[in-house]
Amino acid sequence: MIDLTSLTIKEAVDLLSTKQVKAQELTRTFLERATKLNKKLNCFITISQNVALAQAKKVDGLISDNQKLGPLAGIPLALKDLFSTAGIKTTAGSEVLENYVPVYDATVVSKLKVANAIFIGKTNLDAWGHGGSGENSDFGPTKNPYDLTRVPGGSSSGSAAAVAANLCLTATATDTGGSTRQPASFCNLVGLKPTYGRVSRYGVIAMASSLDTIGHITKTVYDSALILNITAGQDPFDATTSPKSKEFYTKEIASGVKSLKIGIPQEYFAHLDIDIKKLIMEAVKKLESQGAQVFDVSLPHTEYGVATYYIIQPSEVSSNLARYDGIRYSFGRDKFGAEAKRRIILGTFALSAGYYDAYYLKAMKVRRLIREDFTRVFKNVDVLICPVSPTPPFKLGEKINDPLSMYLSDIYTVNVNLAGVPSLNVPCGFVDNPSTGSGQGLPVGMQIIGPDFSEKLLYQVGYAYEQETKWYQKKPNL
Amino acid sequence: MIKVKVKSQSEKSKSVRIDIDHLAKLANLPLTAQEKKTFEKQLADVLSYISKLNELDTTRVEPIGHITGLENVTRDDETAPSLTRDKVLSSTSRKYNGFFQVKAIFEEQ
Amino acid sequence: MKYQPVIGLEVHIELATKSKMFCACSTDYFGREPNTHTCPICLGLPGAMPNPNLKAIEYAQLFGIALNCQSQLNTKFDRKNYFYPDLVKGFQISQYDLPFSQNGYLVTKVGRKDKKIRIRRAHLEEDTGKLTHATVDGKRVTLIDFNRSGVPLLEIVTEPDMSSAQEAKSYAQKLQQIARYLKISDADMEKGSMRIEPNVSLRRVSGVRGRASSLPGYKVELKNINSFRFAEKAIVYEIKRQTEILDRGEIPAQETRGYNEVKGITVSQRSKEEAHDYRYFPEPDIPPFAFDKSYIGRLKDKIPELPDEKFTRFKKQFGLSDYDTEILTRDRQLADFFEESTKAGRVEKMSPKQIANYVINKKPDIQEILPATLVKTIAGLTTPIQTDEAKLEAAVKEIVNENTNAVKDYKDGKVSALMFLVGQVMRQLEGKADPNLVKLKLAEKLK
Repeated sequence: MIDLTSLTIKEAVDLLSTKQVKAQELTRTFLERATKLNKKLNCFITISQNVALAQAKKVDGLISDNQKLGPLAGIPLALKDLFSTAGIKTTAGSEVLENYVPVYDATVVSKLKVANAIFIGKTNLDAWGHGGSGENSDFGPTKNPYDLTRVPGGSSSGSAAAVAANLCLTATATDTGGSTRQPASFCNLVGLKPTYGRVSRYGVIAMASSLDTIGHITKTVYDSALILNITAGQDPFDATTSPKSKEFYTKEIASGVKSLKIGIPQEYFAHLDIDIKKLIMEAVKKLESQGAQVFDVSLPHTEYGVATYYIIQPSEVSSNLARYDGIRYSFGRDKFGAEAKRRIILGTFALSAGYYDAYYLKAMKVRRLIREDFTRVFKNVDVLICPVSPTPPFKLGEKINDPLSMYLSDIYTVNVNLAGVPSLNVPCGFVDNPSTGSGQGLPVGMQIIGPDFSEKLLYQVGYAYEQETKWYQKKPNL
Repeated sequence: MIKVKVKSQSEKSKSVRIDIDHLAKLANLPLTAQEKKTFEKQLADVLSYISKLNELDTTRVEPIGHITGLENVTRDDETAPSLTRDKVLSSTSRKYNGFFQVKAIFEEQ
Repeated sequence: MKYQPVIGLEVHIELATKSKMFCACSTDYFGREPNTHTCPICLGLPGAMPNPNLKAIEYAQLFGIALNCQSQLNTKFDRKNYFYPDLVKGFQISQYDLPFSQNGYLVTKVGRKDKKIRIRRAHLEEDTGKLTHATVDGKRVTLIDFNRSGVPLLEIVTEPDMSSAQEAKSYAQKLQQIARYLKISDADMEKGSMRIEPNVSLRRVSGVRGRASSLPGYKVELKNINSFRFAEKAIVYEIKRQTEILDRGEIPAQETRGYNEVKGITVSQRSKEEAHDYRYFPEPDIPPFAFDKSYIGRLKDKIPELPDEKFTRFKKQFGLSDYDTEILTRDRQLADFFEESTKAGRVEKMSPKQIANYVINKKPDIQEILPATLVKTIAGLTTPIQTDEAKLEAAVKEIVNENTNAVKDYKDGKVSALMFLVGQVMRQLEGKADPNLVKLKLAEKLK
């Protein structure tokens, strides 16, 4: 008997198309597991049972009639609760939208529907995307399946935990300052932050408009490429999407890394946790043994990333959250949580008369310098490899009372968002768990960063490393 | 009102005033007295850290334009069906005769 | 006079595009059921994003050119952040420091003199929803209709160059005329597609020769003005009110006042705190715009003959009085109709003055009657002419082949092009045809 919950998307697609399993059977298995484990993990805000079963029934009908199937036909997936889903409650993880049911689908949601995917439910998150641990949710924190006393990362906390715990085969996510890469790295998963403008943001509740990207989390690199095949592309409803045609990301994914030039940005390794550094350098060595060349490079403005990010992002947040006035669809503004309120005040300050030049405008200038760092470095190397988080997954409650300390953990991720370039997190091993509790190690990830629209290359590098190491086979003990 | 020490290029300390009452009003955000106190301290720490950017001389740097480099993105003047009124009003209970309803707003004395 | 009025005008014009500024909802909302012309974008639903209407941008640029402004080659939209129940996103997408047009002027006749009024800027923004006040279940409430939310608005701001209510009214009327000539708006104050907000202050005029001192240190904005007549009345009242305050040795408060039509006075509106801090920043969801000079040049070519030019040409060409010429050129449709009529009139050896007299005094319905038919009516011919079908067919064929531009214009929706073609066929047939039949035949051939 196949353990249906231990599949990758690729494997599930094979099973469904060769009729070894029915979509309704697969869906029911995942729904049952999701419902059972949600009490422990708190991954889902909404489990959309009826929708999922109806979708699965339709897919089975298409298969038995030998009709054309979408590339994700019958695949159970979850959607971060920032994605507008018509008829399914969408809360942004906040009491402000506790009862909000959208009347339209986000573009990415429509694309996944057309691909015949199955919507298992809406995942938990730091409210409005504000956070790196999942603890800022108004619906309780999500737990890390590899250690229930620790955070799964955030803000896409529920998405990462759901995929890691096999409650679905993939989950959508967003990445504004690391919110896809960091939880993926905390949960031994692959997480893509695409190039800004590669995937449509229409219908996804906005956090910071010039930084938000639409990503997704999977177990393997191939699965991630499969999803990007569907989500990428220009959208007339999102004026910031690129007219550059999307690529076939799964094709030639096994090309290997011969003569690939890898840059190691020294600023990302200067104060890094020794165990994390060791794992990443081992990974780099592995790629070298496969034919890649490694160079030391510099991104001199790295240290200014967090300061720049925490001016631009709250400024845009303060404007994007202004529409929640309680009149047309939400509860009142008193229902905002502490972190949202903090960012609104901070952003209002940075844009206000007399301070705009010193804060917002200044940050937009430094942002140019940060982007130029990346443009310059990619003249000499093809990709960069570096850490995602300065620490392994930390304990629930450890950082919640110190906002600044939480912000500083974003040091390795925010510069990528400021520059707009794509980055792929791949698992690169486990460190010892200091608490003896679960006996399992704690996952560590590394990010592979490339120039604009280089997702195909990132997948090739990630795939080459993954096939030699197969960290995804190490499941959490649940 | 609190003062925040800001690191300037010459390393001299400059004070920045945050008027949290004013900001809360601008942002239409109701804050309790306790929240005001807590946020003042936390934001002071954040702003102090942010003043780090003053270490950089950006007098000859242009602010970054649109990150995509795209220009002139527009659509043609075509219409498409609007939402039905039922859908428009579906997410609120404060409605009347097809309108959204709020407390009376007075504009004249 | 001790004081000289210093008056500026802020005018909002609703552009006559088919769809809204940032979404595809129809702009045909006037008189419709509330909240039936909205979508996620103009309703400000979570996740919705704007996409700019190219036609609205062109209309805005055309208007700027017609007002002799500099067209901004590199521009963008900005967010203007403030809270009000009629503003769905909690910010309005507008333009801050790089409006589409700047530093222009308009010349209008006030009495016998020409008055030049400088235009500081003209920019594009989106309209808000509409608030109405009502009593429901005994409670006073405010009701909101978002049909108007997102309609494209052009905001035109003048320098404070006007010094009388009459000048302000004349400016507004001229602006309306130009907007209608360009066909970018019906600029109707009753329908709300044109809104006027004068700002009024007084400055002391000192010395024997009545030299004006520096600009006054205050400004009063007037709102709720629904016609040119009320604009004039409101300004006159306001000048009087401010004069009385200054005479007392006080300074009028800097505030917004609403015009009360019933009482004919202005009333202070509940002052909205201190000056607004709109926290403008560039709209991140809309990439910026870059136009080159040749594009602006092509737009310039699209500008039709404007009222002043037409007036000058008509005077030269038809030799009518200023008074008659002004009436005939007031409205572009009437001017075109009159001009076509004079062409038809030449066949009948009728003078422009004869046609002008008839048109001005009898006020025929120019929507219903053709210029060629009008000429016949004037000439006293009441029996319909017998038309030679064969000759008609041949003439229609020839005229259509020869006038490819007019044919194209007609197919693009320009109704006046059909009138022109009718006129050409009539000339060809030396007037020996029923103009209505000619029109039918042409319309059929061009289907």
